[in-house]
Amino acid sequence: MASHGIKDQVAIVGMGCTSFGEHWDKSLDDLIIEAAQKATKSAGIETNLIDAYWFGTSQSAASGIALATPLRLSGKPVTRVENYCATGSESLRQACYAVASGAYDSAMALGAEKVKDSGYQGLNAFPIPTDGTNRTLTAAAMFSLILPAYAKRYEVDEDELRYVIARIAQKNHFNGSRNELAQFRREVSAEKICEMPSIAGRLSVMDCAGVADGAAAAIVVRAEDAHKYTDKPLYVKALSVVAGDSSGLVDPDFDFTTLPECATAAKDAYAQAGIENPRKELAMAEVHDCFTPTEMILMEDLGFCEKGTAWQEVLDGSFDIDGEMPINTDGGLKAFGHPVGASGLRMFYETWLQLRSEAPSDRSVSLEKSKQALVHNLGGYPGEMVSFVGIVGSEVS
Amino acid sequence: MGVHGIISYGAYIPRGCLLRSSIAEFTGKGSNKGARSVASYDENTTTMGVEAARNALKDSETDPKKLWFSTVLPAYMDKTNATNIHSALQLDDFVEAVDFGNSTRSAIGALTNALESDFSTLVVTADLRTGPSGGAEESSGGDASTALLIGTDKQGVLLAEYLGGVTVTSDFTDRWRVPGSSYSQVWEERFGEQAYKPLVDRAWNEALKKVDIKTEDITVALISGLHSRAVARSIPLLDVEVADDLTEQIGNTGAAHPSLLLANFLDQAKPGEVVALIVLADGCDILFFRATQEVENRRNSVPISEQIENQSPVPYNKYLSWRGLLDSQLPNRPSPTRPSSSASMRRNDWKMGFVASKDITTGIVHMPPSRIGIKGGNVDDMEQLPMADSIGTIETFTVDNLVYSPNSPVVFAVVNFQDGGRLPVELTDADPEKIEIGDRVEMTFRCLYTADGIHNYFWKARPVRREREKS
Repeated sequence: MASHGIKDQVAIVGMGCTSFGEHWDKSLDDLIIEAAQKATKSAGIETNLIDAYWFGTSQSAASGIALATPLRLSGKPVTRVENYCATGSESLRQACYAVASGAYDSAMALGAEKVKDSGYQGLNAFPIPTDGTNRTLTAAAMFSLILPAYAKRYEVDEDELRYVIARIAQKNHFNGSRNELAQFRREVSAEKICEMPSIAGRLSVMDCAGVADGAAAAIVVRAEDAHKYTDKPLYVKALSVVAGDSSGLVDPDFDFTTLPECATAAKDAYAQAGIENPRKELAMAEVHDCFTPTEMILMEDLGFCEKGTAWQEVLDGSFDIDGEMPINTDGGLKAFGHPVGASGLRMFYETWLQLRSEAPSDRSVSLEKSKQALVHNLGGYPGEMVSFVGIVGSEVS
Repeated sequence: MGVHGIISYGAYIPRGCLLRSSIAEFTGKGSNKGARSVASYDENTTTMGVEAARNALKDSETDPKKLWFSTVLPAYMDKTNATNIHSALQLDDFVEAVDFGNSTRSAIGALTNALESDFSTLVVTADLRTGPSGGAEESSGGDASTALLIGTDKQGVLLAEYLGGVTVTSDFTDRWRVPGSSYSQVWEERFGEQAYKPLVDRAWNEALKKVDIKTEDITVALISGLHSRAVARSIPLLDVEVADDLTEQIGNTGAAHPSLLLANFLDQAKPGEVVALIVLADGCDILFFRATQEVENRRNSVPISEQIENQSPVPYNKYLSWRGLLDSQLPNRPSPTRPSSSASMRRNDWKMGFVASKDITTGIVHMPPSRIGIKGGNVDDMEQLPMADSIGTIETFTVDNLVYSPNSPVVFAVVNFQDGGRLPVELTDADPEKIEIGDRVEMTFRCLYTADGIHNYFWKARPVRREREKS
């Protein structure tokens, strides 16, 4: 049993991200081409010179052909990757390992999702034939279970918690309003969010990620080759994925106040990167705020604060853009939007901007504390989840 | 052979009721008096049949050799509905399960034939009465189910002995429905009355003679038929006390009604009391029973009177929408797809019988059943554990306003069971605003949805009936 990681063996040398939103005028192919072009331009490389491709999409297409065709990749290895909402980061993980193994000199990970062609609200899974006994609850309802459980375990008033999660949405909207690629670019006050009607448990629509179309891409090469492409590469410090065994839905002891898959992936990632105190050793983090309560308990599961204290730290502003530990500086899933297969790569795109000091000045974080950032991307639900944690840094340590 | 009779019984009245005043308020027609019972959106005659049958078998030490299911509104045709009930009850494969269909007469026919059979037979009846909005069929109908375990005193301890009876058949068209039609039509009312009255008279006199019983020996008569005027006008012919027929409280539950009245009698009967059951359905059937000493020991787990008392009114618009008589806006989400028949067959014990697997080494209960446990990790180290009667406790819950459901919002709870194990499961027959963490729930067999004509049967949790009733 070992998780050695590939610390500093691979670097990201180019990235691109489309705007996220309801792109009624853009097809999946358009989004793919746009993200790929932005990434190749930033690395100064052409697609035919990239050795291999990993294409992350949850439901918009199947097989590598769906990437090879719009980009007209001829004779290239292209693999389609799917791991629920962690699909985008999973595609990067595969590309990094392929380069680290020596199999290829360069690889592209591209994640894309075209969700707005279904005609339905929200995200809707493809029907897989089953015995019909599976839960049919929406994701919003599943994640809404966190709130009463957290309130009970840590003896926090539920109304207080309702305000706390609204405060998270307010922060992410604040950040998103300073991001020209974000789906929602409007500030909203926590007080106003608290007044909105509930759609699932205590959650209102403002506690849910935006449903958006979009694509993002990254180009990775061996670390020693990075400076051929850019002066400011991002070195991959850690990549970790945990697919849970769904025991939270079976085990009466699971209490919905923690996401064990995320905690385990974080622990593994910190070991790979040699991080002992994440709050001190990370400049910022992009985390999977699919619903506002998720971000709250992630602060604890990722080790940014003690168990039972995240709600207080949210109120104290610890995770604000100018806080001690800025979280979701690009607006997160909440404001940037959530095109499933693209989101993980979009998170890396924000670390790419921040660690290279290219984020707009009104939402740039201080790099005095650290030149490393964390990306957390999850798929599934409390109790049955796949979780990714990755760490990148602008310096070889 | 021994003496035939009723070994155990169960009756089920859905939680929902429709106040007749709410129909009158909407349609401007009909009576303001009383209510009719209403099967919920996730119930059909099969699921109601399962409820009654589970009640009947709960305290019975006798296993049925046959399961006969009679309804006028079968959930399926061609496919047997009794087999769905059979698997929900987890009966042995060698128990015969067959449907008696089409007419309300089939229900009493199933009962009279079971009473003459050599085999212990579970006779299940269920009906779900419908009618055009504002009409008498709608307001006078009702939804309910019953189950009577019939056998001899050699096969089990009888609650009531069958003393005998008669059947008279007569062919006339006072009520009819063509296949595919949602409700029945009736001929001019006086015709039916005139057709039934002489039949009742003949059958009654013949029955008294054949069974050798005098009217003064009969404690009470139960008279049932969909022709309410014929029923009422036949009472004077009997010269015995006639029990309340429950139609004001729950409506006439058609195929289920005769045995529902019998169950209601057994809920209250004292040992030695004699009951006459008179059924008007394309003829006249008369059956006599005498309650035994045992009747006081094994009554319906929730008496019919208590079920009626604790019904909860359903708004008329909701009732119309449940019956497909009013198109309601559904959430803009994809409608569910049909369950896979092959996948369902492989997991029939889980899906239909709510049978979990229990890890033999660790004792951990797995729902759904699993081949490898969440702890320990041995492969196929599991035994089957029926969970349908296990009481659960709500650990946490949520109300989902977004999910596709004919009855939005959906209340979903994470339930931990007293026999071990956890299942996140939908709640039914529950008021969202009254649910609290820590509430106790029991499992109930329901139809989650129907897609492509396939009913997706599975289990939901509902607040424990008797506890809810006490609060």
